[in-house]
Amino acid sequence: MILFGEIYFFVWLIILLIPAVILGVMQKPIRYYGFAATVAFIILACMDDVKGIIYLILYCLWQFALTRALLKIQNTRGRDKRIFRLFLLLSLAPLIIFKISGVMGQSIFSFMGISYLTFKSVQIIIEIYDELIEDIGTFDFMYFLLFFPSISSGPIDRSRRFTEDIHTLNAKTDYLELVGTGIFKIFHGIVYKFVLASICYQGMTYLGAYKEWWSHLSYMYCYGFYLFFDFAGYSLMAIGTSYILGVRTPENFNKPFISVDIKEFWDRWHITLSHWFRDFVFSRFMMASIRGKWFKNKLTGASIGFMINMTLMGIWHGLDLSYIMYGVYHGILLSVTEVYQKKSKFYKKNKKKKWYKLISWFITFNLVMFGFFIFSGRLLKII
Amino acid sequence: MENKVVETVLNLLEEICGDDVVRVDMDINLLEEDLIDSLDYTELLVGIEEALGIVMAPSELKREEMDTPNKIIEQVMKRM
Repeated sequence: MILFGEIYFFVWLIILLIPAVILGVMQKPIRYYGFAATVAFIILACMDDVKGIIYLILYCLWQFALTRALLKIQNTRGRDKRIFRLFLLLSLAPLIIFKISGVMGQSIFSFMGISYLTFKSVQIIIEIYDELIEDIGTFDFMYFLLFFPSISSGPIDRSRRFTEDIHTLNAKTDYLELVGTGIFKIFHGIVYKFVLASICYQGMTYLGAYKEWWSHLSYMYCYGFYLFFDFAGYSLMAIGTSYILGVRTPENFNKPFISVDIKEFWDRWHITLSHWFRDFVFSRFMMASIRGKWFKNKLTGASIGFMINMTLMGIWHGLDLSYIMYGVYHGILLSVTEVYQKKSKFYKKNKKKKWYKLISWFITFNLVMFGFFIFSGRLLKII
Repeated sequence: MENKVVETVLNLLEEICGDDVVRVDMDINLLEEDLIDSLDYTELLVGIEEALGIVMAPSELKREEMDTPNKIIEQVMKRM
């Protein structure tokens, strides 16, 4: 069974969400039931892949052991940068092994959601080092990692936010409102994923079937919109489902195609991913570089920060050349945007004018679509 | 103590945002007015760290908790 992917799933979803709603209305905590439902869905989703389930269990135990150990070491011996780096590497190790072995032909350690689970585990390690997390219970940890609405493809939540949600008892009217919004989001997502994304997919297949320039161009736009409706649709369903379980999972998309520059685009597209990278990679790199005075020029530092950040983001999608190029491409776009916006008098004079915004929107939209074209792998095929 | 924090934060913001409006309207929304971005936030955090010795991690606070001069001052004060 594919989570949020087939009718069979939705039948189970309705059946298994009813008890959650009853608990919520009766003002009882939903988390224990939510965890049981999570286990049920993981079993349903991985029934044909017993090895995957075993890997998933091992993965959770491994990450849990790491957080416990780091907490213990830090509580007795204080913060130590070298130990932190070692733990960071150990936490990333399963994903690294998985990605590298995949390129070599035989992926080891493959299971549902490994890429997304890694974000959740790594941020806990980082926030323990930052002394933002002083303790995390076994149940809270496991529920956060496995939470079924977002296990396969996000949105990527934060552990402190998630834990607060599952321990908050919503007043009856608030909970019912949350359920209402949740149901609306699920239907909204269904229309996106199963109607609009399917139409775009048809466009990709029929208009994109030729070797002429116009066919590549139509493929590019259709693929861009397909990616949006498919992923935003899935995200809406995941968010809606988590609302019904009392968890306000953060939004993942916010009208990305109205962005007037690339920086704005990354605040609207796959938001939980880009903000994760912003908080745990970009900002940290920038702060270290400012503290250590690594670069004479502020803009040089920012450009290098953007390049590292976006290239890593590309690599995270997979070790395909297309994905890496996609990351580098966005790194370049962000750097150029930064330099242009800070240096150009023309920009400062005109940025609030209507005509400027319109042109800037048009350029951004097409740059974004071209990025998806790189991501799709088709660019590499035709050059 | 409070004066020192207010002065330090406002100086930093004035320099980072390049606009003295941050002194005039201390409830101005820096994000909506396009006065601050992710890059500027990193400068602000390092600036606060160096001037006041208050360490704030970039993932510690949501942007909505730090989007006006007053809110930033409040967050720093909490940690003094």
